[in-house]
Order: sequence, then C-alpha cells, then structure tokens
Amino acid sequence: MIYERPRFLPGGEKALFIEFGNVITPELNCRVRHMLLAIEKAGIPGVIEAVPTYRSLLLYYDPLQIGYKELRERLEALEQKPEDSEFPKPTVTEVPTIYGNEYGPDLEFVAKHNGLTPEEVVQIHAGTAYLIYMLGFMPGFVYLGGMSPKIATPRLETPRIKIPGGSVGIAGSQTGIYPAESPGGWQLIGRTPVKLFDPYRQPPALLQAGNYVTFVSITPQEFARIKGEVEQGTYVVKETPMA
Amino acid sequence: MEVFEVIQPGPLTTVQDLGRHGYQQYGTPVSGAMDDYALRLGNLIVGNDEGAACLEITLMGLQMRVVEDTIVAITGADLAPALNGNPLPMWEAVAVHGGDIISFAWPRSGCRAYLGVVGGIDVPKVMGSAATYVKARMGGLEGRALRAGDRLRGGKPRPRVVGRRLPPQYIPEYRGQSELRVILGPQDDHFTEEGIYTFLHSEYTISTEADRLGYRLEGPRIEHKTGADIISDGLPLGSVQVPGDGLPIVLLADRQTTGGYTKIATVITVDIVKLAQAKPGDKVRFLQVTEEEAHEALREYEQTIYTLKHWLQQGH
Repeated sequence: MIYERPRFLPGGEKALFIEFGNVITPELNCRVRHMLLAIEKAGIPGVIEAVPTYRSLLLYYDPLQIGYKELRERLEALEQKPEDSEFPKPTVTEVPTIYGNEYGPDLEFVAKHNGLTPEEVVQIHAGTAYLIYMLGFMPGFVYLGGMSPKIATPRLETPRIKIPGGSVGIAGSQTGIYPAESPGGWQLIGRTPVKLFDPYRQPPALLQAGNYVTFVSITPQEFARIKGEVEQGTYVVKETPMA
Repeated sequence: MEVFEVIQPGPLTTVQDLGRHGYQQYGTPVSGAMDDYALRLGNLIVGNDEGAACLEITLMGLQMRVVEDTIVAITGADLAPALNGNPLPMWEAVAVHGGDIISFAWPRSGCRAYLGVVGGIDVPKVMGSAATYVKARMGGLEGRALRAGDRLRGGKPRPRVVGRRLPPQYIPEYRGQSELRVILGPQDDHFTEEGIYTFLHSEYTISTEADRLGYRLEGPRIEHKTGADIISDGLPLGSVQVPGDGLPIVLLADRQTTGGYTKIATVITVDIVKLAQAKPGDKVRFLQVTEEEAHEALREYEQTIYTLKHWLQQGH
C-alpha cells in the first residue's frame, strides 16, 4: 500500500528515510521521484545527498547545519505542496542492443524455456519501456520494472565468473544491464555498446531513477559503428519525454 | 614531486580521503577513510586541509623508500611504525629524507594506520574524491591497492610543521572492547521485543569477515517478527543489517548504496572510528541513544577537531 502520509524513519544522526509505502509500483516510485526533484529544487542548506529507491528516499544531512526538527518541517512542507504538473515528465532513453549469438549466449535458452522463438523474445524484450525504479548494487546498475512474464527465466545454476560490461540479461522476472565487467548469474540475451557509467561524465550514470529505458535491436554493423562513436565520445543516446 | 616508492604494499594499503559524496543515487559508494578522526588529524598535523588524501594501511606490511625529502605524520592504529628500523613517533610531524625506509611491522593496537604527507598524496580525483574503491576500480592509484614498485607523489616540505604533535589526551586508545552507541531504526519494528533486547544486551564478536565494506558479527541471534527481507532501500554509514540468520552486519565505508535486509539500528558517526580500529576477535556491545544525544556527541567531536586545528596552526 501507499501510506496516507509518508513515514520519517531514522538512519542514524546524519540521515533519515522518507518512506512512502511498502509496495513496488510505478505510482509509489513516482512519489519518490517527485520528492527528490522537490528537495533538489528547494536547495535546503545542510542537505548533502539523497538516494531514491523503490519506495523511499534516504536523505543524508549535516545536523550541525540543520536540526532534525527544522529539516523535517521543511520536508513535510515540500511533500504536501507539489502538484504533478510542477515536475518535468520522466524521459525514455533508447539503449541500442545487439541480441543473441556471442553477445547474448542465453537467448536460445530463454526462448526454449518460454516456448518462444529467439525472435519473439527479442520482440517482447525490445518492445517495452521499463521503469528505472532505482540504482544500486554497483555504479550505474539499474533496477528495472515492467518486463513481460512471457520471457521470465530463472538465473543460471552456476554463475559466470566474468560477464562483459554492457551485457543485457534476465533474472527471474527482472531485466537489467551490467554496467561493468562483473561475475553474475543472469541469463544473457544481448549487449549494448553504450556506457552505462562513466565517472568523467556529469552525471556519471546514463540512466536515472524515475525515468524509463527501452532497448532497440541493432545489427552487428550498427553495434560496431556505435561502439566506435562511444569510444570517441561522440555518441549521444536518444532521450525523449515519456509519452 | 615523487615522495615514496613502495617496496612492499602489505595486505591492503589504499589512498583514501573523506570520501565521494553526492553520487550514491547513481549506485556509487562513498568510500573514504574508515577512521575519520585519524585521517583528519594526520592531515592537520602536517599542515594540510583535513580532507587531503592519505594512505590507509591495514594491519601491517607496508614498506616504502622515501624518494625526496618530505614530512609525514602517522596516526590511527599503532602498527609498530619504524624509520630506518627505529621507532617512528606517531601523531607527530616527522621529517623524512631521500633513501629513508618507512615500515609497518605488526598491529600493536588498532587495525588501520594513516600516513599523511605534506601536500597530500597526489592522485587524480575521480568524481570529486581521491578515495580508492577497489571493487569498481575507482579513485586512488589506478583504482587499486598499492603494489610493490608504485611511486607516489606528494607536496614539498614545509619545515615549520616539523615536531608538531597532538597532545596525548587527544590520542585515542584502541582496546579490544568497545561500546557502540546506536539509534534504533529504520526497521526496528520488524523485530520482536526479545530481538531488540538481545541486540542491546549481548556481547558480539567481530568475525573474520570484516573489511572496508562491513563487519559481520557473531553472537546471540536477533529474532525477527516475520522475515528479514524488505524492499531494498538506502544504506547509511553504520547501518546494522540483520539478515535471516539473525546475526548483525555493520556496514562501513565501501558498503553498497542500497540493500534488501532489515536494519535494526545505525551506529552513530563518532563511534564508527571505534569499529574502524577493531579487529576480528574484538568484542562490541550496542547502547541505545537518542538522536539528540547523538547530535550532541557529534557537536563535541567536531568542536574538538576544530579546536585542535587552530591549536596546531598556531605552531604547536
């Protein structure tokens, strides 16, 4: 459920949680996004950073600059005020992805597991706008919602020791992208040449919580071209306001 | 200018500062020194800004040759530091010369020593910080722990700081037992009354699974009401996570930004330094305090550092 009023919960003496509910839904996550945008806009002195997650916002602050009571009053005022129309619409970012073969060694398995052809899996996976609920686990890693249950597949029984950065995979009913080389147990169906995380870019993460992402199937030629452009720093992803 | 050449790196020596703030919403951990006090004081003693980059030396083993004359201060754990084989005084600005050997033999007390050098360790900042986060190969020296043969850059000596030292009453003692003050929450309501009682009235031992990410503790199991899983949310410094086995894990500098286990409490900031200097086998107990008490403790802590900063700047 979504709570009538958000709960303020302590995270030590330098942080507090603003919790909006206890479910994973786009409506609830939208409230987290709006609260983050409202806090960023308000520029409250003493607020250090905010971490949006599925159903809450963790706010780090300096108690020597702003007392708990004052901070809480300001946050409550922000929370009560906003109208949805005040906030910019979420965006949808296109992530070009090459599916199958050496880029997605588990595509065949995912298809077989769900009684589909590999082409059908690609069509289903690439035809959806996924909500970015939050980032976590590693720099640039996005937790996405909205994958069709038609392509849900359990994790590998034995995780791989090394998965290349940019790999796109499925784990249970979730889909995601590995931003950097990592061990992992996801079923790999494709790979993107785009950098999900670059510490020298501002902001360093390509995708941000509360926005959407969609996968666009590309050919080996397009993969090579985009990879070259990414390396030269000339590639720009397509990001448009959500319809 | 080049100040040190690493002969032996020890098990884990990294470049750290006060951490990478403002990027947790992109999944990037804060990192930075485990012992905030030792890093800040080490810098202040040699006349640096308190957040300059230092070396964080874990337990033992670092051996370096001084390349060009400079000034250092060793703070934090007493790892039997030596200069050319002779004891090297700690919490004091010491002049070192080209060809000298600085070494750390074994942990007499505490777990992590800090080596501050005039001008700070000079490495490129990544997302505003010099802190090393090894897991994502970010910051510090090429995103990794030091290796034999590494050459480190620092600043030119400022002779007037030599001999500055911290008054002994400000030098912490690291015992094998500590009391960690905590604020209950955010998920204390996921535990039974008995579970909370167990947590606040038991002694816990630091297990061998204790690193910059967090410390897994051993001791009486803490009882949940229904389960240990929550919808993943943020992880403040000092979060005490209790997974399904009922044994607490205290999350520290290199913790991930989010997690999916119940958090019974948070260790207050000024007591994190005690954990930073605790080793496997050391004992801890948890003591509940209010937010006001924690804020008061933080105010005193910052006031002490502020006073020492000015006292040191006046040339003591």
